[in-house]
Amino acid sequence: MIVHSIFFYIFSIIAVFSAIMVTVSRNTVHSVFFLILDFITISCLFIMIGAEFIGMIMLIVYVGAVAVLFLFVVMMLNVAKQKNEWLGGEKNSNHIPIGLLISGVIFFELIIVVGGWKYKPELSKTFSSIGIDLSTTNTHEIGKVLYTDYIHLFQLSGMILLVAMIGAIVLTFRQREGIKRQSYFKQISRERKEGVELVDPKNNEGVKIDV
Amino acid sequence: MFEISLGHYLILAATIFTIGVVGIFLNRKNIIVILMSIELILLAVNINLVSFSIYMNDLVGQIFTLFILTVAAAEAAIGLAIIVIYYRNSGTIRVQEIDKLKG
Repeated sequence: MIVHSIFFYIFSIIAVFSAIMVTVSRNTVHSVFFLILDFITISCLFIMIGAEFIGMIMLIVYVGAVAVLFLFVVMMLNVAKQKNEWLGGEKNSNHIPIGLLISGVIFFELIIVVGGWKYKPELSKTFSSIGIDLSTTNTHEIGKVLYTDYIHLFQLSGMILLVAMIGAIVLTFRQREGIKRQSYFKQISRERKEGVELVDPKNNEGVKIDV
Repeated sequence: MFEISLGHYLILAATIFTIGVVGIFLNRKNIIVILMSIELILLAVNINLVSFSIYMNDLVGQIFTLFILTVAAAEAAIGLAIIVIYYRNSGTIRVQEIDKLKG
């Protein structure tokens, strides 16, 4: 148990440190690197607490897709060399004290909520509807619930992904002018009287080909 | 202290959530860092859901974590597409220079 707590503290410190570095890092590429470190650390925490499937899915989705997407966009837009003016910006710097104040109040409220929850431990007996069966694996348990009780929400989340994919393609699609490209519709819908013409050439004049 | 309880995970999630909010409030750089802060906030929510699910012996939290993961991925894709077309149209994504709406 003490090894578990030591690991928890190590992973928590790494997670909080990398989260801070995401926001204050001067280089955007470094921010993305620390974001990847944060995701991996949190997924290690998930695996350690007993939610293996969520941890692995977080590795696949966040590190494999989202973070690489961020890195791709950062490197494509060439914004990595813009300097971060996090606390030293000369304009609109009056936002910083009120922002820090509101952030401190939010943190204080969240800590108060945690403490208030700890004084009501009988809440933990009232919410449990689907228990966790420890005799099978976590993936098995999630599969048994996700494809039966939550099948409509599962398909709705697939619909969300479809809409996001179509939206991203429509947003970034650009029709360029002045580029010759093949048009199947024009090719197929061509008729005989547009392609072939019967002419009667006169004597000593011939036929003009380029009209 | 050495018994890791639910409160430890909740405090960790609260810390990461607050860091994400600070990153949104105090950002002076570009919008991509704001999107990364939003990802941090969703990560904190995921920590909350998973730790409640484990400690209260209820599997529904992990199911909803999957849905939040889906929404986060879709949101990142749409947001980055919007940033790309904004950069293509105006040439900058610095926060201070995005003032076309005059809000």
